[in-house]
Amino acid sequence: MQSEPESYSLERREDEGGATLVLSGSVRLEHTPRFVATLRAAVDQSRGRLVFDLSGLERIDTGALALLLHEGRRHEAEVQGATGRVADVLELYRQAPQESLRHQPQRPGLLRQVGEVSEGLYLRGLQTLNYVGECVAAVGATARQPRSVPWRDVVRIMERAGADGLPIVILISFLIGLIMAFQSAVQLQQFGADIFVADLVGLVVTRELGPLMTAIVVAGRSGAAFSAELGTMKVSEEVDALTTLGLNPFRFLVIPRVAALVLALPLLTLIADLTGVVGGLITGVGILDLTPRAYLTETRLALEPWDVFSGVLKSVFFALAIALIACERGLSTSGGADGVGRSTTSAVVTTLFTLVALDAVFAVLFHLYGI
Amino acid sequence: MSDAAITVQDLTVGWDDFDLMREVSFEVAQGDVFVILGGSGCGKSTLLRHLIGLEVPKAGTIEIAGLGAPRIGDGAPPYGVMFQSGALFGSMTLAQNVGLPLRSWTGLDPDAVDAVVRDKLRLVGLDGFEHHLPAEISGGMKKRAGIARALALDPQLLFLDEPSAGLDPISAVELDELLLSLNRNLGVTTVLVTHELESIFKIASGCVMLDKERKGVIARGDPRELRDTSDDPSVRAFFNRTPRGDA
Repeated sequence: MQSEPESYSLERREDEGGATLVLSGSVRLEHTPRFVATLRAAVDQSRGRLVFDLSGLERIDTGALALLLHEGRRHEAEVQGATGRVADVLELYRQAPQESLRHQPQRPGLLRQVGEVSEGLYLRGLQTLNYVGECVAAVGATARQPRSVPWRDVVRIMERAGADGLPIVILISFLIGLIMAFQSAVQLQQFGADIFVADLVGLVVTRELGPLMTAIVVAGRSGAAFSAELGTMKVSEEVDALTTLGLNPFRFLVIPRVAALVLALPLLTLIADLTGVVGGLITGVGILDLTPRAYLTETRLALEPWDVFSGVLKSVFFALAIALIACERGLSTSGGADGVGRSTTSAVVTTLFTLVALDAVFAVLFHLYGI
Repeated sequence: MSDAAITVQDLTVGWDDFDLMREVSFEVAQGDVFVILGGSGCGKSTLLRHLIGLEVPKAGTIEIAGLGAPRIGDGAPPYGVMFQSGALFGSMTLAQNVGLPLRSWTGLDPDAVDAVVRDKLRLVGLDGFEHHLPAEISGGMKKRAGIARALALDPQLLFLDEPSAGLDPISAVELDELLLSLNRNLGVTTVLVTHELESIFKIASGCVMLDKERKGVIARGDPRELRDTSDDPSVRAFFNRTPRGDA
């Protein structure tokens, strides 16, 4: 935008007990920075009563007028003489509220902050307890009326959470088996214990990393999807609509997701176990010069059925944790798109923490019972 | 015995220490088209959610004829509800949306459900759109589909949240005609929240006006009479579309 030459003038007249700033001409948007600087200088030089005389002003843009009034309020100046369009705009500004739009940050005391956080945790706890109660009630009601759950959705969700997630689960577990075998081979080779790479990979993959990594992948994919889906339904009143149709959201939305994941995750875990062992086999054959038969025989000798079953058992609990946490975060969403984003992030973070914590609990329990 | 479809007595709505409205009382007569009015933020939709039973009041009572307190959630719904956006289930077609309450709460076989669904969609002018997903239709059509779903079980009481908000003038008039026709032909008592003055004067037989500042009801009765005779400056300002300061 080409700047127009300045077409206004500002004159300061000293009189008894104060000063009058006489503004004339036309003040446009592009003149505003220089106009404000000139005005401030004139205002700062003035002592006593201050008057803005706008009688000679033909036009002023709203931004410039807002700054003029702001300067006037700072010095309790009187604005007079405005006519025509200037008077109209002035009237508009006088009607507008004068409170500052700038947010005044409140600084609550430490005690108050502690109280607020404690209250938040207490309410969150109550909410979670209520959710667990609703879920238990929904399971009971489902057992009495199995047809009240849309089982057809279970197949659809299983396909999305299970079959569609298979490539990434296979890729990650294969790479984990490969990396683990490679790292352990470097150490075990020094003792001539190359063959024990098969034992290590087999045990660690089936008991720990297979179930855990699969659960983490599913939490990132399906847990986030559940939370976002239910959160969007919540903010767009679809959950309320379900309630008004007499359909319990827990039975209609939560039970199918929990059931689908409890069925899909153990299957994915078994596939992850298998591909993890294949990853180790590739390293064993490629780097340690083991034969495939020797590697597989050693793996078979190292693994007990319980090793595989314990991983599958853990995956059932992991599936429950992923689905329940994701659905809870989704159903407690408030606000709009921002709320959905927060719920989804919270669901993934809480689920990941819970998975690792659960895995630790299982490790301790299995150790205590010697299994 | 009162012939009121809904009786609200001394209702206080709010959360924590904040009251959105206090001691609100009014009645909705059987067969009325009753409008909840008021400026933005006065609690119209919140009041509607309390009438439906989605929220629990801080104090006071709501009585629905033949039902008692609003009760919704588990079991066949005693009334129909249409939300502002239609709140259709995005993964279901229009036919599946409208058929959901029929499949859940009636013993109708799939062919009979399909026949009823087609009939309901025809009623709201959506015949031919049975297999469309909500994402594939316009905002006005979503609202119509929402009404069809709300009417699926032939309720005698219908709640609607801003049914004509965001619609073009022709769609809004068509929707008004539809609501009037449902009210006249099926005797459905209708409670709706709306800002649309033309719509209010055309279809409403009763109204209650809420005010944010006074935290309660400032007028009740026939909206046309209130427009012409009310002495309350806020009521006159609302009906005559005058800025607050000029009322």
